[in-house]
Amino acid sequence: MATIFQGLGGGAAAALTNSFDSKKLLSRSTRRSLSERKVSFPVVRSDGSVNLNPGGSNARARRVDQLITNAVAVNLLFSSLKQRLIVLQLPLHRNPGMFASIYRPTCTCNATLDLVHELLLFEALREGLEEEMDRDPHVCVMGEDVGHYGGSYKVTRGLAEKYGDLRVLDTPIAENSFTGMGIGAAMTGLRPIVEGMNMGFLLLAFNQISNNCGMLHYTSGGQFTIPVVIRGPGGVGRQLGAEHSQRLESYFQSIPGIQMVACSTPYNAKGLMKAAIRSENPVILFEHVLLYNLKERIPDEEYICNLEEAEMVRPGEHVTILTYSRMRYHVMQAAKTLVNKGYDPEVIDIRSLKPFDLHMIGNSVKKTHRVLIVEECMRTGGIGASLTAAITENFHDYLDAPIVCLSSQDVPTPYAGTLEEWTVVQPAQIVTAVEQLCQ
Amino acid sequence: MALSHLKSSSSGSNFLKPLATAFSLRRPISTSTDPLTVETSVPFTTHRCDPPSRTVETSPQELLSFFRDMATMRRMEIAADSLYKAKLIRGFCHLYDGQEAVAVGMEAAITKKDSIITAYRDHCTFLGRGGTLLEIFSELMGRQGGCSSGKGGSMHFYKKNSGFYGGHGIVGAQVPLGCGLAFAHKYNKDDAVAFALYGDGAANQGQLFEALNISALWDLPVILVCENNHYGMGTAEWRAAKSPSYYKRGDYVPGLKVDGMDAFAVKQACKFAKEHALKSGPIILEMDTYRYHGHSMSDPGSTYRTRDEISGVRQERDPIERIRKLIVAHDLATEKELKDIEKEVRKQVDEAIAQAKESPMPEPSELFTNVYAKGMGVESYGADRKEVRAVLP
Repeated sequence: MATIFQGLGGGAAAALTNSFDSKKLLSRSTRRSLSERKVSFPVVRSDGSVNLNPGGSNARARRVDQLITNAVAVNLLFSSLKQRLIVLQLPLHRNPGMFASIYRPTCTCNATLDLVHELLLFEALREGLEEEMDRDPHVCVMGEDVGHYGGSYKVTRGLAEKYGDLRVLDTPIAENSFTGMGIGAAMTGLRPIVEGMNMGFLLLAFNQISNNCGMLHYTSGGQFTIPVVIRGPGGVGRQLGAEHSQRLESYFQSIPGIQMVACSTPYNAKGLMKAAIRSENPVILFEHVLLYNLKERIPDEEYICNLEEAEMVRPGEHVTILTYSRMRYHVMQAAKTLVNKGYDPEVIDIRSLKPFDLHMIGNSVKKTHRVLIVEECMRTGGIGASLTAAITENFHDYLDAPIVCLSSQDVPTPYAGTLEEWTVVQPAQIVTAVEQLCQ
Repeated sequence: MALSHLKSSSSGSNFLKPLATAFSLRRPISTSTDPLTVETSVPFTTHRCDPPSRTVETSPQELLSFFRDMATMRRMEIAADSLYKAKLIRGFCHLYDGQEAVAVGMEAAITKKDSIITAYRDHCTFLGRGGTLLEIFSELMGRQGGCSSGKGGSMHFYKKNSGFYGGHGIVGAQVPLGCGLAFAHKYNKDDAVAFALYGDGAANQGQLFEALNISALWDLPVILVCENNHYGMGTAEWRAAKSPSYYKRGDYVPGLKVDGMDAFAVKQACKFAKEHALKSGPIILEMDTYRYHGHSMSDPGSTYRTRDEISGVRQERDPIERIRKLIVAHDLATEKELKDIEKEVRKQVDEAIAQAKESPMPEPSELFTNVYAKGMGVESYGADRKEVRAVLP
């Protein structure tokens, strides 16, 4: 059954959803008349062929080599809107109901849109959550103090009053059990979102996440899908102590069968939340304790971010800096200094921690030939370590210098403020590393 | 709760004359160790065991030390509140005020050879185990003079030489550790017990029941103490536990429910529990207590309970007030003298804070110390990979 979805604009959003309140959406999009947006719509069929609307002006399409076996990303550039449209096709057997979906471009296009609203990152997460809960009655949230208390970081505030105790569940402090219960419910078709009050607490649920969440789809020969979203804040905060400053992405990255994404702005937080909920695969969404109060303007219109895609934060020529989550901001701070010193770094927020978006990363490496990875994980066995290996394996010929990976120290995060600062990568160190790399 | 009745001891001490105030012009505060008995506020509720007596043996000296210790704990926690708001303490800070009777009563019943392990609400327990105010405030402010050299923080206080094993951030994780401590006591045959403290929120952790099962099978001298302050952060006990009778949840393990705001009830229960554990294995104590502050400094504590409830408990069940009334009723000190003690305590706390502020921040090299016990020559680098570099000592 081939279903064809059409391009940007109100039509796409309505076609994407079945039960979404399309009236709300269409009225908004018709207000912003289609004549303003002279785009050609790409049409992607389920078999992977792409037809560009012949009326499209100055449209370029590049088909990329398949670097990742389970995803094909197609980039189309529309100069009229200066946007990049990403089309992702997921192989049929993993997603029998989902074919090509059109996702919002990931670069900052907000300035060109008239209808935006400003909010904080935790509110963006809540918006995404609420929209998905409205759209699909199978979506439910479970976690400690998510209901009546409103969530320890206010992500679920107000949801319990709106959806009731059965859809927003306050659990006792029993992570292993309620994560397992979430996975069990997901096996039957429910779509629970399991919140760990701090990612570190999910270590208690490691067995459930590794063995059941990750492996059930495989070991059952494809019978069960586990459309669960496991989310929570992690990372080094402000003197939270060793046990509450963990970076679980290092530990989870080896588990086959799960996807990991890290959000870093309100825009991608909402987009990734929605994409994670709609995904048939188990997704672990890593938020960061220190990023919840970031403010940004995001579109009023519904949008989703691509789970497997990285985000180009700042194009450049001299060096590729790969980062994610909170380190993005340290990198951008360092970038200011670097630009003043005459460097032109290309900053990419990798966003997808498993699998890596080797397409965007590869293109960047081919352009700049130098790579710096800035991460918050510890040096040993972190995301940076895996990324270094992946880039070396695939793009070794394009590198002019060894890959430099700046990570946190291999120590438990100390409580004292000064020590904690030295544990984590600081902007000054990023500047030094780039200078040395570009010699 | 009703005031304790007063019963004179049989050895004929004179402290109960109701008109003794007429003779008390410049009498020094009594520090006598003559026995004195008080009754607990309520009888003990039991599960699979016989209750200990409601009558508790004590002495004027003990009463006054209870008062002083609890006043110190209370003052310390309130000072920590102000320091947190002044951003000298950061991160997580969980305060114990309201629950002091549990720490003080427990210490009175045991020795430093017995082990105590608790969760993150550990400032007062640490103090009870012999920690100093200076160590506490230095650690809270992340200074070198702290009990964990500034590297642990509020949730990671430890004192090995007096049997205090922490100080743990992950809810419930300390209970299996506590059972392990008891295992070591049994293994070493040292006639000591381990007290594993946890809260009503942690009581729903699976690892607790696993550890309890093993402890019961192996007859380990462990006492599981549930400090039931009725709220697991924002969730009331009836919303988290199908059976909030935590003392019964051990099923095959006996249990005792204790008024946790009455230091003497706590003392009696802990004494009873220690005897039981050494003879017949694990026992659960449920301390019915209350915290005045929210779960931590980032929780106002008023979104899930009413201010009336908090002030009601403070008026009727406050542990320090109970001791104060007992002391005055037994004529061991006047109100003014008790107030003087409180002033002295306040001064001590302020001095400790001032001294702690002088303590320096840890050296950069401290980042790499104590990762391993013995140097293996493992190299660790600063984030820049070049300049800051150390071999893990």
